[in-house]
Amino acid sequence: MATRAQPRQLGRAGSAGAETLATGGASAEGPGRPGPLQDETLGVASVPSQWRGVQGIRRETKSCQTASIATAEKAAQTRKHVDAEVQTEAPVPVSAPSVSSHDDPRLAAFLRRVEAMVIRELNKNWQSHAFDGFEVNWTEQQPTVTCLHTLGYPPAQGQGLHVTSVSWNTTGSVVACAYGRLDDGDWSTLKSFVCAWNLDRRGLKPWQPSAVVEVPSAVMSLAFHPTQPSHVAGGLYSGEVLVWDMSHPEDPLLWRTGLTDDTHTDPVYQVVWLPEPRHGHRFQVLSVATDGRVLLWQGVGAGRLQLTEGFALVVQQLPRNSKLKKPPRGETAVGATAVAFSSFDPSLFVLGTEGGFPLQCSLAAEEAALTRTPSSVPLRAPAQLTFSPHGGPIYSVSCSPFHRHLFLSAGTDGHIHLYSLLQAQPLASLRLSHKYLFAVRWSPVRPSVFAAASGEGDVQLFDLQKSSQKPTVSIKQTQDASPVYCLEFNRQQTQLLAAGDAKGTVKVWQLSTEFTEQGPRESEDLARLAAEVAT
Amino acid sequence: MAEVEETLKRIQSHKGVIGTMVVNAEGIPIRTTLDNSTTVQYAGLLHQLTMKARSTVRDIDPQNDLTFLRIRSKKHEIMVAPDKEYLLIVIQNPCE
Repeated sequence: MATRAQPRQLGRAGSAGAETLATGGASAEGPGRPGPLQDETLGVASVPSQWRGVQGIRRETKSCQTASIATAEKAAQTRKHVDAEVQTEAPVPVSAPSVSSHDDPRLAAFLRRVEAMVIRELNKNWQSHAFDGFEVNWTEQQPTVTCLHTLGYPPAQGQGLHVTSVSWNTTGSVVACAYGRLDDGDWSTLKSFVCAWNLDRRGLKPWQPSAVVEVPSAVMSLAFHPTQPSHVAGGLYSGEVLVWDMSHPEDPLLWRTGLTDDTHTDPVYQVVWLPEPRHGHRFQVLSVATDGRVLLWQGVGAGRLQLTEGFALVVQQLPRNSKLKKPPRGETAVGATAVAFSSFDPSLFVLGTEGGFPLQCSLAAEEAALTRTPSSVPLRAPAQLTFSPHGGPIYSVSCSPFHRHLFLSAGTDGHIHLYSLLQAQPLASLRLSHKYLFAVRWSPVRPSVFAAASGEGDVQLFDLQKSSQKPTVSIKQTQDASPVYCLEFNRQQTQLLAAGDAKGTVKVWQLSTEFTEQGPRESEDLARLAAEVAT
Repeated sequence: MAEVEETLKRIQSHKGVIGTMVVNAEGIPIRTTLDNSTTVQYAGLLHQLTMKARSTVRDIDPQNDLTFLRIRSKKHEIMVAPDKEYLLIVIQNPCE
């Protein structure tokens, strides 16, 4: 109260304007001026709650109860269980169901009816010569042998390298060749090449291979994988064996043997792929070299080829042959220069040797070889039969794809020998060339046809049905009579034959129809020939 | 029973015969001297061919019918003796 009174006293002392400002509220009350302030006591005012009074509080008693919970015990269990196994098996062709007995009389009656007629026809057929010499031309005839492609790699040819080996891949569309030298016999450090051409590719450039692999040493042998179209194995002059993947031109090397104790010490003259005994789809590389060893390699991890089996040829262990000189004392290795596997017995193979005699060998041989060559696996002696020799080293052998026992060998004496595995003497000996013969191959489609590559620059095609003395067709591969070193038939496109020569070129020949279409009863003729000459 | 086997044996022992088989009207082999897969292949294909040949003959002349079918190939001669219920197929190497 004292504070409210104060401005009024101040207002007396100060200006009138300040008074109006300070007591604006009071001056608005009008002229009735309030009296002096005094204490006042007011009575307690109470306001009853309208809400509570009206509502009041009502209480009621209610009860509720849940019905008693009924429980009961039950047991459940499955007692029987059944296991069923399902497996799909190789579809079994519809088998011949055995005829129920009530069919038999009708079947017998049927056979009675037709037997006479069938036998009559069988007899007639056997005696008839109506179809002799009758041939139907379903396809367009190719009358002559023509050169389809002339392939080469100029850098290799510029170094004077020879084509030492050719190989077709499993699809038959890619031909690869190995460059090396066969004439100087020196441990050269000249780099060499493996080249491949895809003949089915459009815009084939004969002087520009579709894949080139550089190799530090001369390549002596080459073989494409039997199922992998881009894998190729090669044997080097240094004794190494390598496997390349031609589809990776920047880093083609898959596996190599490296230079270990197991590696060949002499040039590897041939490599072949063999199915593994228990895994038909996996393959091993077999290599033969003039150090007298035949080695089986398997690709393991880390890019290495590991020796799995080995064989060594020692003169003292060869089966005796009257024509061979008595061996000297001590151990002497027999250099192997060529190998061919039988088409009928996967463990049987024929080796061509530097001594000029072919050897029949078996992968299943048990006898240990008498050799002191260090090796990580025991070497075995594979030879089973020594055939009578050529006049010089053998460069090539080939087993007939149509007859179990026949094989051919060709060597430096210019002769081709036709041998049977059953006898040491050759069944036939043909003089084809005054120079060396470097390769011989049976045709994959015609049982009586084979081709030979001569040192005079010819590829000679023989048809034993036409003549067993003279080549049916002789084609000039090289103009200057430089030797042809290798040839290979195409197993897929059977009209193609590839041959490589000393000029560093590979020629792909298209064979005429007479060399690609099997005539009637040709296999029988070959069998008869084998039997006739043998007796 | 024995008669059927003997007849088949007589045919099979003929010169140059490679295989003999009897096929029923559905083309299912019921007697054979060849291995299973070869038999099934020959039976299925030759049954179809025989039916086709028969319908050809009868389409040309409804009074006519197929009595025997011989197929000369480079390697074999295949003979088919047809009947309403069975086919007898004989594969022969032709003469020397």
